[in-house]
Amino acid sequence: MSDTLLIEPSAKPPLQRALGNLLRSREIAVAGVLVLLIAFTTVQSTGFVFSADGWRNLLVTPSLLLILAVGQAVVIITRNVDLSVGSTLGLTAYLTGKVFIAVPDLPIVLIFVIGIAFGGALGLINGVLVAYGRVPAMVITLGTLYIYRGVFLSWAGSDRVNASDFPRGFNQLGTASILTIPVITLIALAVMLLVGYYLSTARGGRELYAIGSDPDAATLYGLPVTRRILVAFVLSGALAGLAGVVYAARYGTVSSGAGLSIELQAVGAAVIGGVAIAGGVGTVWGAAIGAVLLITINRALPIVGISDFWQRAVVGALIIAAIVLDRFYAARQERQLVAARDQARNETDPSVNAKAGSPA
Amino acid sequence: MAEASQLTLELEGVTKSFGSVAALTNGTLRVAAGSIHALVGENGAGKSTLVKVVAGVHRRDGGTFRFHGKDVDFHSTAESKSAGIAVIYQEPTLFPDLSVAENIFMGRQPLGRGRRIDRGRMYAESEALFQRLGVRLDPRRPARGLSIADQQVIEIAKAISLDASLLIMDEPTAALSGVEVDRLFAIARSLRDEGRALVFISHRFDEVFALCDTVTVMRDGAHVSTQTIAGTTVDDIVAQMVGREVAELFPKTPAPVGDVVLEVGGLSSAGVFHDVSFQVRAGEIVGLAGLVGAGRSEIARAVFGVDGYDAGSVRVLGREIPSRNPRAAIRAGMAFVPEDRRQQGLVTDGSVARNVAGVIRRGLTRAGILTSGAENRAAGPWAARLEVKTNALDMHASTMSGGNQQKVVIAKWLATEPKLLIIDEPTRGIDVGTKAEVHRLLSDLAGQGLAIVMISSELPEVLGMADRVLVVCEGRITAEIDRAEATPEAVMRAATRTQTHSGEQGDSEKTEVPA
Repeated sequence: MSDTLLIEPSAKPPLQRALGNLLRSREIAVAGVLVLLIAFTTVQSTGFVFSADGWRNLLVTPSLLLILAVGQAVVIITRNVDLSVGSTLGLTAYLTGKVFIAVPDLPIVLIFVIGIAFGGALGLINGVLVAYGRVPAMVITLGTLYIYRGVFLSWAGSDRVNASDFPRGFNQLGTASILTIPVITLIALAVMLLVGYYLSTARGGRELYAIGSDPDAATLYGLPVTRRILVAFVLSGALAGLAGVVYAARYGTVSSGAGLSIELQAVGAAVIGGVAIAGGVGTVWGAAIGAVLLITINRALPIVGISDFWQRAVVGALIIAAIVLDRFYAARQERQLVAARDQARNETDPSVNAKAGSPA
Repeated sequence: MAEASQLTLELEGVTKSFGSVAALTNGTLRVAAGSIHALVGENGAGKSTLVKVVAGVHRRDGGTFRFHGKDVDFHSTAESKSAGIAVIYQEPTLFPDLSVAENIFMGRQPLGRGRRIDRGRMYAESEALFQRLGVRLDPRRPARGLSIADQQVIEIAKAISLDASLLIMDEPTAALSGVEVDRLFAIARSLRDEGRALVFISHRFDEVFALCDTVTVMRDGAHVSTQTIAGTTVDDIVAQMVGREVAELFPKTPAPVGDVVLEVGGLSSAGVFHDVSFQVRAGEIVGLAGLVGAGRSEIARAVFGVDGYDAGSVRVLGREIPSRNPRAAIRAGMAFVPEDRRQQGLVTDGSVARNVAGVIRRGLTRAGILTSGAENRAAGPWAARLEVKTNALDMHASTMSGGNQQKVVIAKWLATEPKLLIIDEPTRGIDVGTKAEVHRLLSDLAGQGLAIVMISSELPEVLGMADRVLVVCEGRITAEIDRAEATPEAVMRAATRTQTHSGEQGDSEKTEVPA
């Protein structure tokens, strides 16, 4: 009964197939929810989109989380997690202020380099401990979350960096726009595009998916598992460092509470955006849309008149719903894939002898 | 030395130990270019370890390893792969979330401009590979949901696309149907004719004889013989595989056989085992023999209720036991010592007393609180009876020897006063001296009227202990052999019994095999 294993390649033309895949994708579903949310809130209060402030806030508030969610997505795709990014963000933001106090006329580009390098170094510590120590990332990064925060607390104490400590050009960066789009948003979008492009088109990017999909198979396959995981954590740290510099530019003041518990939002954003917590599945586009949805819900609900308690509950429900939906769709997809296999077999069974026929 | 240069792979006297267990004592294998070399041996003969040494998964402890005449020493699978060695493992190693094409080309995807992956070319090359293999598989679909046979095809496509000069296949046909096997063989022959070397590990002798040029037999981690297929017979090979004496082990003492304790009728689980029926009587030890992966453990797990089954029934003392309910099985008098006692049977971080008392905790608690005093009191007599050599009952189970661990697991179950004991690989990883003790224990228990089902991959153990041997092959019971007629050859033949690959084999099960 099972003498052949012919699974027909899809006969649809490439464009139609790509469109079909796109329409079924998680990213589109989350984006749809986001659009509905914005539309609904705008009906309640037109200023939510159609005012200078509203438009700017819509774009600028999710930017920080978007940067973190992109880094988080890369780490989660490798079946790890980075909980230390909030502390890295805070520490780097404070460092930014301290550097400007010491060197007031430092070129702004350099401060970005410093922030990214510093965050990357903190990420490297995570990566080395996870990749070489073979300790679960959850434990390692929970530890470094406290350690980095502790370093920050003992360094900053009750001190804070103020807007007056930053050069004017740097402060302006936080408010500047190009064609009504805030520069900070452009930075976040550029990060998303670069990382997303790498993940989908580079060998190294695809290997991250392979490692998360089945780490043991990746080792047997001869993939450089340790190195890739290291790179993922360095990237996540570097992006948290970048987010720290952006934080300083946007808010002007940095106290020791900066970035507190934002790491959980980053994980939530990635999960809502379809990045499977078990690794191997998801895109940074999804994580980015998830980040925007998470932030926008928090801003929209008060406008619609929903109390603070329910705002948090809604976010929680969204995360749970995303995971339950994932399970449901994964099970359904698996059934469909098995069915496709069996169907192909049954259809071609009578014509076993024609098996060498050319694939479509 | 002109001859040596034609050898693709040369292993000589390779040794490998894991802790105190020597998996390989004399691994020797010479594979010539342009030939298909069969590697056969019983379970645990060291074939897979040898393959893993070649693949760079394990590093050998000693011996020579030459590839294309040069001494090599692979530290990782990446190194062996880039040297031109492709291995198809028993269990396919695919990334379920990625597309079929990515699974084939991962790490060496065709690149386009700016070192970006050229997906179009990747899909086209995959389709070309599948065409060459005579299969049609959508390179874009995820690997998730594919059958083992399909996955095997992907592994082969991977190996071919690597352009490997040595291809090792570890039981590639175990999950394949007749047409698929034929196609695989056609591919293997065409690869051989291109001058590549192939190593083929299989338990199906008809396939070995149909496909291979040379055969190497291994036993107990050592090389036994290498000969041309033309110059040998199935009987020769079987004799070389099993050549071991039964006498060195503790034989079961005869016990009066009582009523039927376990009755399994028509048990089936799709794709795992089919129409399994047998009875076990009090005082009897029934051996479940067969090759690793034949479905023995799966049957045991289904009988005990750990796994579900699609059809059939399990009765203990005439009462039907519900499926998927180990608690009901325990209440009905079943006990189950699993294969991997460290993972499934023993709380290695717990004390001996806690382990022994674990199953009967219910009866020990007073007002819901379990005291270690009560645990010790309950565990004491059992441990003493089994002569567990442990200084104190609160010694941690993880620090004990394999033999004593096994006794603790058995003690744990005896405390529930079972009528039936199912024990999977009772002496795996246990040194020879303690083996006999475990055997004596099982024999005593049978003498006291316990019905025992013993799964074992070690033929001498089965032959020495079992009153009856049921041989499982590819999910079916292919033979039921009485103690008097059980010889290594008879069991091995039934276990490697050639299936008619037609897929309709409903009529051929439970055939008696002549001794």
